[in-house]
Amino acid sequence: MKEEGKKRIWSDYQKEIADDHFFYVRSCIRQTFFPGSEQFFLHFMRNILGKDVFENPSHTSCTGIGYHGDIVPLRTIMSVVARHFALMKESGYKNIAISCVTSFGIYTEILETWKHFPEELEQTRADLFKATGREFDIPENVAHTSDIIYKFRNEIADKAKYPLINKITGEPLKCVEHIGCHYAKMFPKHGVGGAEFPSVLSGMIDSWGGQVVDYPERRHCCGFGFRQYLVQANRGYSLSNTMKKFNSMQPFKPDLVLTNCPGCNMFMDKWQYTAKEMDGTVYGENGESIPVLTYEELAGLVLGYNPWDLGLQFHMVQSEPLLRKLGINFDPDDKFRTKDGKQMPVPKKLINA
Amino acid sequence: MENYHAMLMKDIRFEEGLNACMNCGVCTAICPAAEFYEYDPRKIVDMVQTGDNAEIEKLLKSDTIWYCGECMSCKTRCPRGNTPAFIVMSLRTLSQKLGFFTDSEKGRQQFAIKRTVGENIFKYGYCVATYAVSPEMHLEQGPIWDYIIDHTKEIYERLGGNIGEPGEGPLRKIPEATRVELKKIFEVTGGTELFNTIEKYSKEKAEEMGLEFKDEGIDNEYFNEVFKANNNKHTL
Repeated sequence: MKEEGKKRIWSDYQKEIADDHFFYVRSCIRQTFFPGSEQFFLHFMRNILGKDVFENPSHTSCTGIGYHGDIVPLRTIMSVVARHFALMKESGYKNIAISCVTSFGIYTEILETWKHFPEELEQTRADLFKATGREFDIPENVAHTSDIIYKFRNEIADKAKYPLINKITGEPLKCVEHIGCHYAKMFPKHGVGGAEFPSVLSGMIDSWGGQVVDYPERRHCCGFGFRQYLVQANRGYSLSNTMKKFNSMQPFKPDLVLTNCPGCNMFMDKWQYTAKEMDGTVYGENGESIPVLTYEELAGLVLGYNPWDLGLQFHMVQSEPLLRKLGINFDPDDKFRTKDGKQMPVPKKLINA
Repeated sequence: MENYHAMLMKDIRFEEGLNACMNCGVCTAICPAAEFYEYDPRKIVDMVQTGDNAEIEKLLKSDTIWYCGECMSCKTRCPRGNTPAFIVMSLRTLSQKLGFFTDSEKGRQQFAIKRTVGENIFKYGYCVATYAVSPEMHLEQGPIWDYIIDHTKEIYERLGGNIGEPGEGPLRKIPEATRVELKKIFEVTGGTELFNTIEKYSKEKAEEMGLEFKDEGIDNEYFNEVFKANNNKHTL
């Protein structure tokens, strides 16, 4: 094939990610379960790279969990998202940075809807104005926060204190990456590498010295399923799908799971606990479970940040086996201390502790 | 009988999600719900494209439409560009609008989602927040969640949280004026109407089932029933 043709084909899998001046919107699940990850992202962008990332305290949930729980209509969520675009316009920003894969899927679905059904865009403009008096512009650039870490992955590699190498064996760490369905399965052109070659996480792993594990159920859903977890009677769906993934990855002996989406992270962490409670099943080596990290947590470790300031101790599956492989000299006494250094009680029955 | 197919066609997700299904079954092959539930998205798409209103009514009253997890994996793989999950979402919306959702065990669960996630949106400005995830209702969160609930303030402080306080940061307090705006958006766009519809039909169903129903909160027999009931006839 001619070079020009190749370039044209691969252009579908490239994504333009803004370089600076982001309007930041948080995630309900991430700020609940991984607040340290959101704060590390802001610290890295603002203080390490010197970028401008603005947060308006008046932004809210995108209501995406309600939409995919089928209690929030499409017309409603379009106006909630449009309100965020209005806040962005009022603050003078054109690039949006979205801290959640569910939200990212919502934003991309709405933007595509407006493109194909312009009358829906006009309806949303009218709805938002009637409800709030606000007006909005469509963002020039839409990035998931992992896109931005991916963009700056080589800057992180350049500053790496602990590359993804097993210090005991000298081998690259075996890393499972889990993209999360709503990142690129719905609207592939919005994701780095699209749905066929998603490289947003594998690009980080490659750049930071690890080895990406390819396994049969690599692209299978984590099992969230919205109503399939939100309602207690349905949680067998969620657990069963997570176990399907772990059964598939287990023979490859992964050292860690790296996630893009907060829901996926929470389920792949908490369902490992549940599986162990149910019948003693563990998926890691030596009777241990597999630590599940967000991309900010992993970036933070690579850069040499204190794991306890990143919040790794608040997963069910504790990360000490991974920290030892990375050669990180962590302080166990600092693990459950307050911001001011006051000792807190030590929780019992955590996994890998 | 109402023309359900015509009603579905008013939902742009239905219009966009259904082109022409050739029954190849790729959606079912890739579907996480079909993996464990008695569920076959291919059959749903095949049926709705016939436009048979009697069959669509059966579907709207069934457990079947509530098995999908909306992962949207089917959207990527359909060789005809259909999105079975969008079709299911439009069926769910119509089922609630017509009050058919309370006819099935899985459909009745919409009341539980409305009373939890739905109420959280108005109360806190978030669908999910630490203080709204009770350990008793989420046992799989494990001992770490009990610990986080017992020590929320100290833990979030160390991680840069701003829990329940004004200003920026994780779990900051969403200003009252903002929550008023959210409520107005719901009123203008049909969100409030859907909430009220779920409440109305759920109350009627509770009476029919002889279960206690309260106009607020989750401390009532009907909530408990729909949140936990499982007749164990859903899986393969």
